[in-house]
Amino acid sequence: MSLVQVTDDKVLKKDLSLFAVGDTVKVHVLIKEGDKERVQIFQGDVIGKKGRGMSETFTVRKVSFGIGVERIFPRQSPWIKKVEVVRSGRVRRAKLYYLRGLKGKAAKLRENR
Amino acid sequence: MRDGLIGKKIGMTQGYDAAGNAIPLTVIQAGPCTVVQRKTAKRDGYEALQLALIEDRPAKKPTKAQQGHYLKSGAPVMKILREIRIEGETPLKEGDQIFVDVFQAGEKVAVTGTSKGKGFAGVVKRHHFAGGGGSHGSMFHRAPGSIGASSYPSRVIKGLRMGGRMGNDRVTVRNLIVFEADKANNILVVKGPVPGPNGAYVLIRKA
Repeated sequence: MSLVQVTDDKVLKKDLSLFAVGDTVKVHVLIKEGDKERVQIFQGDVIGKKGRGMSETFTVRKVSFGIGVERIFPRQSPWIKKVEVVRSGRVRRAKLYYLRGLKGKAAKLRENR
Repeated sequence: MRDGLIGKKIGMTQGYDAAGNAIPLTVIQAGPCTVVQRKTAKRDGYEALQLALIEDRPAKKPTKAQQGHYLKSGAPVMKILREIRIEGETPLKEGDQIFVDVFQAGEKVAVTGTSKGKGFAGVVKRHHFAGGGGSHGSMFHRAPGSIGASSYPSRVIKGLRMGGRMGNDRVTVRNLIVFEADKANNILVVKGPVPGPNGAYVLIRKA
């Protein structure tokens, strides 16, 4: 085992709930306003995951008041308190970038049962 | 006394500081090192400690001269020897071991190594010349341009920056912050990059 793995293993969050591309998730993000801290929830579909280990990131897309909003989260960031899976979608692709060109019902993901 | 240690660059990873910002980290397998020779001003003209990096495998087929050199320290003959200059007194003598715990998290260190060789590099890469435009009829791309006047002085002045071999030099990166010093695994993690490819040997000193 590489020694990089040894250092990474000490800090890797293993208890993060598992989620896959296509899932609708609630990301609990720590927001700092001045010296106050609060947790904000960003809910949307996971449209891609990138990297592994300490540098893994995932992209969450939601449509807010008709405007598409995407946020890229570093999975190991201490600002991310929790990732909740709301529903898991059935998808056949690793990256769901095609959702950007769709709107309304066409942009809905079928639920995985 | 300035502490030092020999290490091997393992690779880079990512971490988070206390504020939660992502920071680049380099993992170095640092030490343990044995003091092979204590050089003194009286005998050698300067004060220094000669260290050997203790690795899993000692040197293959050491010569009699090498064996004799390591005799006083009692250590097996190793591949890597480095010297660190010291000022004043030190309790360390031949045979003593130095571990990564000479460094603490938050401390600043200087890391010396051999940079990656870049081969024959042009002036744009080697000396950060601006170069010319790529298109729109520009006929000047990455050439060095004029290298001097004509009939006077009729020669190129010494030290003019031109293309040539780049990299493979001894480079010291100073004031790197120690992120973690793990004695159990002999691992030193510093913030930012260090010279050389993965697997390169580096010398770590207090900055």
